[in-house]
Amino acid sequence: MKNAIRSWVKALSGSGRVGLSLVMLWLFLAVFGPFLAPYDPGAFVAHDVFAGFTAAHPLGSDYLGRDVLSRLLSGARYSVGLALAAALVASTTGTALALVTAVSPRWVDEGISRFVDTLISIPSKILSLVLVAVVGSSLPLLLLVASITYFPGAFRIARSLAVNLAQMDYVQVARCRGEGAVHIALREILPNMIHPMLADFGLRFVFIVLLLSGLSFLGLGVQPPDADLGSLVRENISGLGEAAPAILMPAIAIATLTVGVNLLIDSLPGRGRRIAGKE
Amino acid sequence: MAGPATRGLLATALPLIGKRIASGALTLLLVSLVVFFIAQLLPGDAAQEMLGQAATADAVAALREKFGLDRPAPERYVRWLVGMLTGDPGYSLVANMAVADVIAARLPNSLLLAALSALVSVPVALTIGILSAMHRDTRLDRGLNVATLSMVALPEFLVATVAVLIFSVQLRWLPSIALIPADASPWLVLRSLAMPILSLSVIVIAQMARMTRAAIIQQLNQPYVEMALLKGIKPARVVLTHVLPNAIGPIVNAMVLSLSYLLGGAIIVETIFNYPGLASLMVNAVTSRDMPLLQACAMIFCTAYLLLALVADTAAILANPRLRNR
Amino acid sequence: MQTHVEVRGLNVVAGGTTIVADVGFSIPRGGVLALIGESGSGKTTIAMALMGYARLGCRIAGGSVRVGDTDVLSLDEDGLAALRGDRVSYIAQSAAASFNPSRRIMDQVVEPAVNHGRMDRAAAETKAVALFRSLALPDPESIGERYPHQLSGGQLQRLMAAMALITGPELVILDEPTTALDVTTQIEVLRAFKQAVREQGATAVYVSHDLAVVAQMADAIVVLNKGRIRENGSAVQVLQQPEDEYTRTLMAAARPERVAVEAPKGAAAPLLEIKGLNAGYAATPILRDINLTIVRGATLGVIGESGSGKSTLARVIAGLLPPTSGSVNFDGARLPPALSMRNKEQFRRIQLVFQNADTALNPAHSVGDIIGRPLTFYHGLKGAAATRRVAELLDLIKLPASLADRACGGLSGGQKQRINLARALAAKPDLIMCDEVTSALDTVVGAAILDLLAELKRELGLAYLFISHDIATVRAIADDIMVLYAGTQVETGRRQGYEGVARHPYTDLLIGSVPELRPGWLEEQGARPAPPAIGQPKDGADLCRFLPRCSWRVCGTCEEFTPPRHLTPGGNIILCHRPEGASEGAS
Repeated sequence: MKNAIRSWVKALSGSGRVGLSLVMLWLFLAVFGPFLAPYDPGAFVAHDVFAGFTAAHPLGSDYLGRDVLSRLLSGARYSVGLALAAALVASTTGTALALVTAVSPRWVDEGISRFVDTLISIPSKILSLVLVAVVGSSLPLLLLVASITYFPGAFRIARSLAVNLAQMDYVQVARCRGEGAVHIALREILPNMIHPMLADFGLRFVFIVLLLSGLSFLGLGVQPPDADLGSLVRENISGLGEAAPAILMPAIAIATLTVGVNLLIDSLPGRGRRIAGKE
Repeated sequence: MAGPATRGLLATALPLIGKRIASGALTLLLVSLVVFFIAQLLPGDAAQEMLGQAATADAVAALREKFGLDRPAPERYVRWLVGMLTGDPGYSLVANMAVADVIAARLPNSLLLAALSALVSVPVALTIGILSAMHRDTRLDRGLNVATLSMVALPEFLVATVAVLIFSVQLRWLPSIALIPADASPWLVLRSLAMPILSLSVIVIAQMARMTRAAIIQQLNQPYVEMALLKGIKPARVVLTHVLPNAIGPIVNAMVLSLSYLLGGAIIVETIFNYPGLASLMVNAVTSRDMPLLQACAMIFCTAYLLLALVADTAAILANPRLRNR
Repeated sequence: MQTHVEVRGLNVVAGGTTIVADVGFSIPRGGVLALIGESGSGKTTIAMALMGYARLGCRIAGGSVRVGDTDVLSLDEDGLAALRGDRVSYIAQSAAASFNPSRRIMDQVVEPAVNHGRMDRAAAETKAVALFRSLALPDPESIGERYPHQLSGGQLQRLMAAMALITGPELVILDEPTTALDVTTQIEVLRAFKQAVREQGATAVYVSHDLAVVAQMADAIVVLNKGRIRENGSAVQVLQQPEDEYTRTLMAAARPERVAVEAPKGAAAPLLEIKGLNAGYAATPILRDINLTIVRGATLGVIGESGSGKSTLARVIAGLLPPTSGSVNFDGARLPPALSMRNKEQFRRIQLVFQNADTALNPAHSVGDIIGRPLTFYHGLKGAAATRRVAELLDLIKLPASLADRACGGLSGGQKQRINLARALAAKPDLIMCDEVTSALDTVVGAAILDLLAELKRELGLAYLFISHDIATVRAIADDIMVLYAGTQVETGRRQGYEGVARHPYTDLLIGSVPELRPGWLEEQGARPAPPAIGQPKDGADLCRFLPRCSWRVCGTCEEFTPPRHLTPGGNIILCHRPEGASEGAS
């Protein structure tokens, strides 16, 4: 196992390794960030608002004089956690529906595909805005909105994979053996979709991070007193004229997360292909 | 069999395009159902919202009747749909004016921004895409890959704020707010639009360039390209005369679909620069829960998306040699 | 004779591995040299190196290539571009993929001549039409106006030859140019190539895996294995007195000997019996009126070219495609048409083995999982019992038991095909349907699979439905043979019945098109007589499918009436108006 991980990391390109480190860093911060924060993220600790980089406040202070680093460390949890959960829901739903269509009669496939095509024709930001307008912005509802917005894309990719795989000779062999639909879907088709779907999961995670931070930036996402990285940009927007770190730092933080994931996915060995070996 | 190519084109492509239009129309109808259905989930309605919690039941009921809110949902759906189709998408109680008028004031601004951004981004994206495909796996290609890969992952507000910091805070070249006075000269319009255009372009260029590169590389892997090289044709000429005619369908597709982003995706850019476009209007509609306006905006964006997808598919049909010359 | 092409110490590397090592040979002006070898022998790589070309990821690491006075490997990009397609030209394996799908044939054929400034467009088109004519292409005047997808594989292959010859090159490289073609088309294309190259007086390099084809084309043969030369000599010497052990192995595998013992004759009860079977998709019938019987322990060979419906037959029997009419009986009982109506026992007794083991084995499963699944599914074997049985099965197909834990990814083509077979054996079936199981394999590996099949049949008493496009392979294993043409069963009978002269005209063409392993065979064949003139085929009549290509068709009969079935003197049943089939008889 250890060796497998080592050889996997070795197979990554330089930019892929940068991506991997960024992803690991953010996962770490999402879990332990709040414990590492030097100050209480809600406390007014700085002498000055929109202060620059100082030893006491490495990333400056915000529009109320709070410590930007501490707020960033506690905001990471919302940005990463929420998006991770939503991407997981979106990818699983999409994959499961795709498997159903691959082994079901034609009309089931056509029904599901037509429905998903409808959702896909609504640009993702528009769909999420309409949903947010109606259901509101509590954390569980944001998770739901992001999942609904991005599961159609996952379904479309998973379906095209599953439909191709269902034509493979080994699936025909299994059908001739008399295997049932469940065995074919879960044992013959699914294992060969995992790798491309993991890559798609990463992309979907990036989309959702951008969507949720965008909503928060518009004031429609995570609501105070909670704050994700997008909220931090929004609340400090008045510091733009002073080029305050309080506005740039959270935005750059999001960029390191999303760019990191993208770089990692792009350099995955055999992207979209199966990796040899059984580990 | 060997009739004039154009006749074959019409005979084979038209039914396909017709089919595609019908399917697009059906999708649009289903989209309208979805949008209407989601709006119905809102607890309370516009009358309640407008008059507030303190309003008497009678006053709310009267307002409901005035705007037909007391009718059953299917009837309201049909009315709304007919209204949309006839250019009367309802009345905004929040703005206290017809939705059509609210939108009419904003739509041209959105179209102008999208058109100018497209004008900037398409040539740049094409150049980057073709360049990196032709120099596949060289340092140039790898550099461009990492650059575009990072650009597509950037949050729009980072691009926009950095643009403001550089061009209006530091250099003081451009205004940070894109308000256009009615009597502005074209030069002034361009100046005030420069930063929104720049921000939008950065985001779509990366997307388009990547898709262009992928489309060309897919063709470069075909055996006919190797054959052309072995016929002694130089690489640049091979790309020009052999690869591009085959890649044009996917490339147009990539361009058109990325452009759909310029309409619906401009939400954050319009908000940051206070640009009076349709997308920022929609954000206001969400904040004020102005459902008639929100539904109308959503339908406009969806229609635009479906129209662009139709253009892309038509281009793909027309560019396919098997369909063009049966 | 004067040396025209000379290769010395050629080395080509891919990444860190050498794929062509120290290869050298020379060709006299006007000579034809064959590079022969199996997959991975480096033959295509060497052929491309003659044009100074290496595929993505490969690099010519050393050696020299001389064509006339030109040192090819010292040329720069411009020099190479000037050489390629002008003095040295290339004919690729798949013409269908090597023509640009969105440009007219004529534009592509004249491109080398115009591009290298040999002639202007009008002169080039005139020359192209002349080449089309000499390559026996239909409608030479107008065929250039078509697009690639409007033409057949054999036509495209000849058009590519026209494209290669238009500049009057001094060296032509033909890379497996007939491998993708049906055998009846191959012979015509070979004849056209040979004549055209000779007329030009060009030197040629012919790359192939097929010794019999090479025997018709080449003066000299270079035998390659794993990037090295094993033998280099004149065609006659290499074919008649091969010196190298590997060459002898290749020769032996090229024409498989009879591997199977005769099936028990007599009145054994039929295992599989098909009557009046029609199958296909809504608008396009694929199989028409198929009748066949396989007795226990016997092998029926089904032969036909691509599109003849032979794979569809197996799919229908397996239940993947329910027939539109007709009956399929198995061991005396009617077999339900669709998968969903069959029971486990019916599934178990008939097993289907696909052509391509790469796609027939699930890459996500280990070898043990793949062979073990039928054991659990049909026989309820689990745990140690299943592991033991997997080991036994691996032993039966002559693979080590240690393979059970491996994924299929790293195995060789032959190993995969054996596992594919073992999975079918695990069910303990009565009938195995083998769909082109040796076609995707190198000849030597395929011959070993054939041996294995014969051995299993002897030991386990299996019956086979053996589908192939290659008549030599079918003859080596089958007891009975059925010939399919365009979905109709044109001839059926004992294997021996095909040795007589009275056979269906299509069978006759098929057998007559298989090149023999000796130089000069192609010339002896002579061109087939053109089909005699007939009237307008009658509308709506169920006519003979072979009618348009048949050299024996009878005016006034064949275009009017549905052909009847006749019994030939050899005991075969043919679907033809002439009882004597393709032989001269009193008619």
